[in-house]
Amino acid sequence: MNVLFTDDNFTLFRDGFLRTVELTALSGLLALVLGVLLAAFRVSPVPPLRIFGTVWVNVLRNTPLVLLFFAVVFGLPKIGVDLGYFTFAVLALGCYTASFVCETVRSGINTVPLGQAEAARSLGMTFAQTLRLVVLPQATRTVVSPTGSILIALTKNSAIAGAFNNAELYGVMKTWNELGYKIFAIFFWIALGYLVITFAISALFRFLENRLAVAR
Amino acid sequence: MADVATTDTTTTAGTDDLVVLTGVNKHFGALHVLQDIDLEIARGEVVVVIGPSGSGKSTLCRTINRLETIDSGSITVDGRPLPAEGKELARLRAEVGMVFQSFNLFAHKTVLENVVMGQVKVRRTARAQAEAKARTLLDRVGVGAQADKYPAQLSGGQQQRVAIARALAMDPKVMLFDEPTSALDPEMINEVLEVMRQLAADGMTMVVVTHEMGFARSAANRVIFMADGRIVEQNTPDAFFTAPRSDRAKDFLSKILHH
Ligand SMILES: Nc1ncnc2c1ncn2[C@@H]1O[C@H](COP(=O)(O)OP(=O)(O)OP(=O)(O)O)[C@@H](O)[C@H]1O
Ligand SMILES: [Mg+2]
Repeated sequence: MNVLFTDDNFTLFRDGFLRTVELTALSGLLALVLGVLLAAFRVSPVPPLRIFGTVWVNVLRNTPLVLLFFAVVFGLPKIGVDLGYFTFAVLALGCYTASFVCETVRSGINTVPLGQAEAARSLGMTFAQTLRLVVLPQATRTVVSPTGSILIALTKNSAIAGAFNNAELYGVMKTWNELGYKIFAIFFWIALGYLVITFAISALFRFLENRLAVAR
Repeated sequence: MADVATTDTTTTAGTDDLVVLTGVNKHFGALHVLQDIDLEIARGEVVVVIGPSGSGKSTLCRTINRLETIDSGSITVDGRPLPAEGKELARLRAEVGMVFQSFNLFAHKTVLENVVMGQVKVRRTARAQAEAKARTLLDRVGVGAQADKYPAQLSGGQQQRVAIARALAMDPKVMLFDEPTSALDPEMINEVLEVMRQLAADGMTMVVVTHEMGFARSAANRVIFMADGRIVEQNTPDAFFTAPRSDRAKDFLSKILHH
């Protein structure tokens, strides 16, 4: 168990942990923004936007994440886009997770009675106003809990970034493994790192859920 | 509609017509819900639409603010044809108030906010001014004391009156009512009809889908009877209720008057 307290291991672990947090936070943010936008596309009256949203969701949700990492990390530089391994990882994770967020938000939108949107439109609200001011606020409560699960999955998925030159928790694990530490000790610390993050997300979303429940 | 009586020939090409439907057709799949509808509604006129279930009354109402699109024909409001989707259409919808059978108040907003929202977000009215107007309108429909409650805390009759205030806040040129009292308990129907009667007396142009014959008799200028997607008969309320001409109307009236 004292892997952590030999040589520079603590610094290595701490940096890896922070990197995972950073990766999860940034790609989570990207996924949320993009996911809501895609959901808006999928319910919009403009056919090209609907098609774009549908294709995005169906392609990304049904492709292994590793494949997407391959495409981004090795494909983009080929067409002259080189943003570095960390940004690549944020992009791959964010775009992939956005497709799940999109479907959750869309099912939340579908729980709001159609009459609400019709009333908003009959007052002269635009599509965007109707969604932003009337439909999404009422969809939020049903969307919160599944979104928490999606972000927890994202945290664990971020380990794939370790296989693509990111020194996050999984990257730390690889290093320790190569240095020959006991597998059980490695597992203990790395798993603990992930658990801290996923528990924090759970707690945050339980808090949000409770707050939305008391509001009215 | 050759058999229609009260069309006083051509009064200077409809300068006084606020809503004009010409040759309107609409299908839902194979179902031909609106068949060659011609209808002119004059400024300040109150038109009651009645007819059996499924005859297309709601659809007719909803085409006027383009909640339903039409397949052919034209609809103009105050001389302007209905725009296609987009900002223009939104602007037109703000001028056509709509009251739904199921109220459709915004469930996550207070009563006051329901009436303020359209003014602030669509009309860009200053908030203080919008609130003052909202309170005046809520008082006018008799629910001023409920301003800070949420819709779910109100009775159906109160909710529907708030919905009327919400539509009125936009200063619409015409108000559409689709069975506004059908979802209400009997004791609440009159409080809503009273508000509508007042509105009619104040000169609002109204299209009202309803089976409330008392309202039609006391407030309507014209009754339109629809069946199978067509306007079968139209007349003044008195003439229509005492002497319907078509068999469809006679049959329908005998059913709703005797039970
Ligand atoms: N969105 C829709 N899709 C398919 N069919 C529809 C749709 N809306 C209405 N219809 C059909 O169109 C016909 C006319 O409907 P509409 O609601 O206009 O009738 P209505 O006269 O208002 O009837 P009611 O008195 O029951 O409200 C009905 O047969 C109905 O089933
Ligand atoms: Mg109807």
